[in-house]
Amino acid sequence: MIPAQFDYLAPSTVEEALAALAQHGDEAKILAGGQSLLPVLRMRLNAPEMVIDLGKITSLRGVRDDGDAIVVGAMTQHSVVGSDPLVAEHAALVSKAVEHLADVQIRHRGTFGGALAHADPAGDLGAPALALGAQFVIQGPGGTRTVPAEEFFVDLFETAIGEDEILTEVRLPKHTGWGAHYEKFVRVAHQWPIVAVAAAVRVDGGSIAEARVGLTNMGNTPVRAHAVEQALVGQPATPDGVRDAAARAAEGTNPPSDLNGDADYRRHLATVLTRRAVLTAAGATG
Amino acid sequence: MTATEARPEAEAPEREIGRERRRKEDQRLITGRTRWTDNIQLPGMLHLAMVRSPFAHARITSIDTTEAKQSPNVVDVVTGQDLAETQGVLINAWPITPDQKTPTHLPVAIDRVAFAGEIVAVVVARSAAEARDAAELVDVEYDELPAALDLKEAATDTVLAHPDLGSNKSAYWVFDSGEAGTGGNVDDAITQARDSGGIVLEREYRQQRLIPAFMEPRSTVVDPTGEQLTVWSATQIPHILRFALAATTGIPESKLRVIAPDVGGGFGGKLQTTPEEWITVALARRTGKPVKYTETRSESLIAAHHGRDQWQKLTLAADREGNVTGLKVQLLADLGAYVSLVGGGVPVLGAFMFNAIYKFPAYHFAVQTVLTNKTWTDAYRGAGRPEATFAIERLMDELAAEVGVDPLEIRERNWIKHEEFPFTTVAGLEYDSGNYEAATARAKEMFGYDELRAEQRRRRESGDPVQLGIGVSTFTEMCGLAPSRVLGQLDYGAGGWEHASVRMLATGKVEVVTGASAHGQGHETAFSQIVADRLGVPFEDVEVLHGDTQVAPKGLDTYGSRSLVVGGEALVKASDKVVEKAKTVAAHLLEASADDLDFSGGRFTVRGTDQGVAIQEIATAVFAAHNLPDGMEPSLDSDATFDPVNFNYPHGTHLCAMEVDTETGALRMRKYVCVDDIGNVINPLIVSGQVHGGLVQGIAQALWEEAVYDDSGTLVSGSFVDYLLPTSADTISFEVDHTTTPSLTNTLGTKGVGEAGTIASTPAVVNAVVDAVRHLGITDIRMPCTPERVWRAIQDAGSGTEPTTGAAAPHFDASTGMEGTVDRTAGAQDGAQQ
Ligand SMILES: Cc1cc2nc3c(=O)[nH]c(=O)nc-3n(C[C@H](O)[C@H](O)[C@H](O)COP(=O)(O)OP(=O)(O)OC[C@H]3O[C@@H](n4cnc5c(N)ncnc54)[C@H](O)[C@@H]3O)c2cc1C
Repeated sequence: MIPAQFDYLAPSTVEEALAALAQHGDEAKILAGGQSLLPVLRMRLNAPEMVIDLGKITSLRGVRDDGDAIVVGAMTQHSVVGSDPLVAEHAALVSKAVEHLADVQIRHRGTFGGALAHADPAGDLGAPALALGAQFVIQGPGGTRTVPAEEFFVDLFETAIGEDEILTEVRLPKHTGWGAHYEKFVRVAHQWPIVAVAAAVRVDGGSIAEARVGLTNMGNTPVRAHAVEQALVGQPATPDGVRDAAARAAEGTNPPSDLNGDADYRRHLATVLTRRAVLTAAGATG
Repeated sequence: MTATEARPEAEAPEREIGRERRRKEDQRLITGRTRWTDNIQLPGMLHLAMVRSPFAHARITSIDTTEAKQSPNVVDVVTGQDLAETQGVLINAWPITPDQKTPTHLPVAIDRVAFAGEIVAVVVARSAAEARDAAELVDVEYDELPAALDLKEAATDTVLAHPDLGSNKSAYWVFDSGEAGTGGNVDDAITQARDSGGIVLEREYRQQRLIPAFMEPRSTVVDPTGEQLTVWSATQIPHILRFALAATTGIPESKLRVIAPDVGGGFGGKLQTTPEEWITVALARRTGKPVKYTETRSESLIAAHHGRDQWQKLTLAADREGNVTGLKVQLLADLGAYVSLVGGGVPVLGAFMFNAIYKFPAYHFAVQTVLTNKTWTDAYRGAGRPEATFAIERLMDELAAEVGVDPLEIRERNWIKHEEFPFTTVAGLEYDSGNYEAATARAKEMFGYDELRAEQRRRRESGDPVQLGIGVSTFTEMCGLAPSRVLGQLDYGAGGWEHASVRMLATGKVEVVTGASAHGQGHETAFSQIVADRLGVPFEDVEVLHGDTQVAPKGLDTYGSRSLVVGGEALVKASDKVVEKAKTVAAHLLEASADDLDFSGGRFTVRGTDQGVAIQEIATAVFAAHNLPDGMEPSLDSDATFDPVNFNYPHGTHLCAMEVDTETGALRMRKYVCVDDIGNVINPLIVSGQVHGGLVQGIAQALWEEAVYDDSGTLVSGSFVDYLLPTSADTISFEVDHTTTPSLTNTLGTKGVGEAGTIASTPAVVNAVVDAVRHLGITDIRMPCTPERVWRAIQDAGSGTEPTTGAAAPHFDASTGMEGTVDRTAGAQDGAQQ
């Protein structure tokens, strides 16, 4: 498939990229790993006049330790995030989610920031970011601002990033010592999840002291399962201890109906997968 | 040089047949540094882009090409009207009844479109990108018409796919064993079973619509600048394409050269003559320049032909012990918008196979083919036989459940015993050889059948959330298409023979020409092995040529597992003629009587002496022609055309163990064992590739693939995000073995293997899924057995036959405004109720 014609710019600093964005306005599109943008262009679902490639901006790549948070540059590829020891130690939930995201080729091209900016509710990174309380650092003509995850995801494919702004990095608050698991339900291996559940728990003396649970593809944005989180506190990390809390996973959700499942099936899946995710995160099985 | 001159002894090759040779063609094919049609670049070549209808059924009210024509580097923009005189028409080669309703199928529609994806205009430009840009500028206005979409509804003629035909019912084709004299009357058998307390099972199964999804999208290049018009096309059937082009465009056959260069898979999907080929020919002639068209994957999914798509109504009568007394089959088959090349013949190919390996005394088959406003359907790996095998193998499991015995036991009660071959079936075919007992015994042993049954019992008793099912499929198929006489009786438009030539070159090398047209099967390797053995020459010295009507002028191409069992036999016959001719020369050179010569390892020797001459030396001598027997033509080259007298009947026993997660409906395959009897094996490595690939394709029908249309006739599974093809990450390692009863219908004793895995595996898998949850009251789950369907079957105990929601998830853009994208409003309403 052949995209419509566009002009192409590959700036080497964020400032240059922002200037180009300001100049071209809504005729411009940011290119990160291209794993979502290129299909859109090739299927001619969109035809921007200018494509601004962030690939040469080295400051947007990499993972670093910043005290109470791990900071992931927007242009860091999934494969790098997935094998990063800092992420594995302090934000294990993200490592687990990246492990089964798309396939090897896509993980080597697609980026952490690109996936989150794309805001596909079936994307695997939104729910972990939400569950961990990630902070999104966004740079625009007026400077830099930080947006919490609850405000970052606005709607289907819509985020708090303004038309003249760029997502530069994502701060993941450290959850050192927490158990984590991402339970992804698919029909074939390399697929967006029908439903997935991201769970991180802190277990203390055999019972759950704190829990963070995010749901993928259960609405137009990633969903935080607050009811489950609250109900889990104080429960033993056993199948019986977790079952009732997990049963509340679908409360307040608004899942889609499509080829892979109707909304009611997704609601059911959310409860089963939540139970499994929490138990695995807590190191129990069942 | 003379025959007696000293010359290094040609190394006597070890026997080639049966060797695990790696495929000689693979390096080229895998690296892509080869002649795929789209790799061809000709001087001054122009490129096409198609404008396709977004509507399933509509009248074209106007087409404005003005703006498109002004787009940069556009050479021409044409409509069906512009091509009306020159474009020709697409043919149906198999009208299954004399009164079949066959809508005219024009390459470019003129006033009405009958499916979403039909071509309405064509842009010719200097580059493919410029053609695509201009195609966006063609302004077509349509008057939408009501569309016939659902197969069952279309069969009632409430909405007509082609109003001028007056009905959607294209053809009604019947086989009745009572009338044919091959068996009893099925209605009597059913009545008797009802009256005498026997068993009557009535079931209805759905064969979902599938998309062949070959790896290389279709591509055509046409060069009109020579004396012959040269057509390169990614096709399985260069010879049939040439014939059909000549028959419908008025170009003399002798002015056409068709080449199928390297072709990247077909699975039946390239057993077709396509609008795109006709259009490329028409525009090359119109512009006088070479023209190329290569489809995008999206176009391939919506506009290359689809497969399967049937409703199957089945009635099986049996006595209380499960001895079947009669089978009645009533099919509805969806043709889509047009009756394509083989079209309605696909279900007819299945008509002879519903009785499978069994001795049914009475059999009745009827198919109604139906026109709808969807992509036209045709052959897809197995073509008719997977449908039949699925139905009967599902039914035999149901019968076993009804009688209360093991599914293998019920099969054994009904199958043809090995000592009963050759056996004439109730469908009138003569099965030449087979041994169902042997294949089944071996499969059971490899599978660990009894242990898995024990595990199944334990899981049931403990109420394990993960249940285990065991699925059986004891299949046979008729392949090796086909005896020409039989095709004639079935009103097919051509014969089923195959042609081969063997040419001995002056240097002792060998060129083999086959009329089969390989597109990934490994013919070059397997055919080289056969000829190497037959002529006693090294494998490396044999070159196999095919797929070009100038090189291989006679042939009927590749489909229906025919290339080895029909084409291979033609090769054997041609090789034997070469040896016969060489023998005369050998006798002359050795001054011996031909009767005193032995031929082995490529050498003729005089019995009882050490005198001899190699076939390569004879080739050189014949080239020089200095010293030949009086009156002999200086040539060893030989042709043969082989027309089989019978089909070819591979069979096998497939066993599948499947875990079902009853909480989510998720499936996990534990084990898959198959023991196929495909007669003598030429190359075990190629066979195992065919079996593994075939299995995955059949398993994919059971679990993953489905072409889904929404209510307006848009294909919503229109990309590989939604049309789920498995990868190696989704399958397990299969355990494959063989038992061997050589076929008696060809001298090599081989049986077809190209379709076996696909035909056999689908029912084995679905039987395993149903078996895992049968104790919950479930008797069927519709294909593909998605986790949602399995889960719903468990919830509703017994009716896991929900159709799929006709909506695709929009992973790339929310604002496409396309029909059939995700339905989030329904979710919102449901959500509000909570
Ligand atoms: C076949 C396939 C399967 C996939 N499967 C999965 C899966 O299972 N799970 C999953 O989560 N994802 C999956 N993906 C998507 C993948 O994760 C993509 O990499 C990701 O969605 C987009 O990241 P990218 O870096 O490629 O961004 P791009 O495609 O380059 O950009 C995506 C969008 O984000 C915008 N954008 C990118 N970076 C920024 C930035 N820094 N600031 C502002 N805007 C920005 C772009 O303008 C564009 O609109 C799949 C993709 C494909 C093609």
